[in-house]
Amino acid sequence: MVFLDDSLRVKIGLAEMLKGGVIMDVTNAEQAVIAEKAGATAVMALERVPADIRKEGGVARMAPISKIREIMASVSIPVMAKARIGHFSEARILEALEVDYIDESEVLTPADEEHHIDKRGFKVPFVCGARNLGEALRRIAEGAAMIRTKGEAGSGNIVEAVRHIRTIVKEMRQLTVLGNEELVAESKKLQAPLELVQYVAKHGKLPVPNFSAGGIATPADAALVMSLGAEAVFVGSGIFKSDDPDARARAVVKAATHWNDPVKLLEASEDLGIGMFGLDISKLQESELLQTRGW
Amino acid sequence: MPIAGVLALQGDFEAHQRVLAGLGLSSVQVRTAAGLAGCGGLIIPGGESTTMLKMIGYENLLEPLREFGRSKPVFGTCAGAILLAREVSNPVQVSLGLMDISVERNAYGRQVHSHVARIAIDEEEVEAVFIRAPVIRRVGPSTRVLARFEGTPVLVDDGLHMAATFHPELTSSDRVHRLFAARIR
Repeated sequence: MVFLDDSLRVKIGLAEMLKGGVIMDVTNAEQAVIAEKAGATAVMALERVPADIRKEGGVARMAPISKIREIMASVSIPVMAKARIGHFSEARILEALEVDYIDESEVLTPADEEHHIDKRGFKVPFVCGARNLGEALRRIAEGAAMIRTKGEAGSGNIVEAVRHIRTIVKEMRQLTVLGNEELVAESKKLQAPLELVQYVAKHGKLPVPNFSAGGIATPADAALVMSLGAEAVFVGSGIFKSDDPDARARAVVKAATHWNDPVKLLEASEDLGIGMFGLDISKLQESELLQTRGW
Repeated sequence: MPIAGVLALQGDFEAHQRVLAGLGLSSVQVRTAAGLAGCGGLIIPGGESTTMLKMIGYENLLEPLREFGRSKPVFGTCAGAILLAREVSNPVQVSLGLMDISVERNAYGRQVHSHVARIAIDEEEVEAVFIRAPVIRRVGPSTRVLARFEGTPVLVDDGLHMAATFHPELTSSDRVHRLFAARIR
């Protein structure tokens, strides 16, 4: 494939290493250590977890550099950090800081309402959110090396994550039965490059790993999205907004490995205390949704 | 027909299974001690070694894996190589200790220093993908160096076990996996 140069292969390579694991949102070194000790494959450094961003409002930006440094110094696993959609200056700063992955994230307040970051020129890899195949392929065309379904961050409600992973998997499956001329029409409909549409039609999957995020609060939630085709999970507010973050972090890590083993899932689900408070998405105002940011 | 096990606690185990399938070798995903039964050899894939160690602890797999590796071939890539080593640094952590090597984690630095290189195995050039890779700092007398990059060993072999600090499973070449496949009985 023309678009798969050495730089992109190395970026996708790290995403490959994170498969079957859990990436946890953390806001300080203490939480990062809890995540690493529980078996997280990576941590995401941010100023406030999505549930707090949702509650407190205001503009959500890249985390303070001192916080990210503190987190990077405290663990040996990869450290990711979020930049605002379209905010390539935040991304350049995070690259200079040598974070391992940048999440161009709808959880932060977008900096550009028309353009995402041109991610190809960066040495550091990017992950981007998507709700459907067209969105995923547009982000990959811009240079994203990992896709995560958006779900609805900070909601503690899995319904949107399920909708998004099901949508992407179904749209990919549909492409595999189409003829060449039909793929050209699909490319137009999906607003995605033909080369990427042809790749998906041939392989039945994205050219980059496909993870799930946004609303995962229990080991069962993690197992559900893994069963539906997610290759790893991001847990945001679900760990540190629960009763017992240590126990819950361990349980979700076990669920990401044993998602297909009900007995192991039962073990992982015992004695967890109370999970984070969840929101009914249908009761949220359109303006409160984070998933509609980005295009 | 011999069957290869691929430790599937976390990481790029499916990439290894694809290479093995290309060699006509059946493989199974191993997540428990019981899963090791019937395997003629084991691959420990790339991934996060700390995560794999946690899962090994949760599943009480440390002794079963050591026992398996005393008599059967085991091949580790990147995190797998870290788990096979006798000593691990940066930071110091537990390992299976099946190979007489010392390994330093993340020795090239963070992800922006990950890279693709060309190395030689028996004078044949192959691609080597290094992702937040470890470096083998010491090789014991019974261990042979099969390939080097910039002077340091990147592929080592003690006759039963093999360790690569790079990811042959992420390239189109099956050169390294063929060496391992030949040992599976």
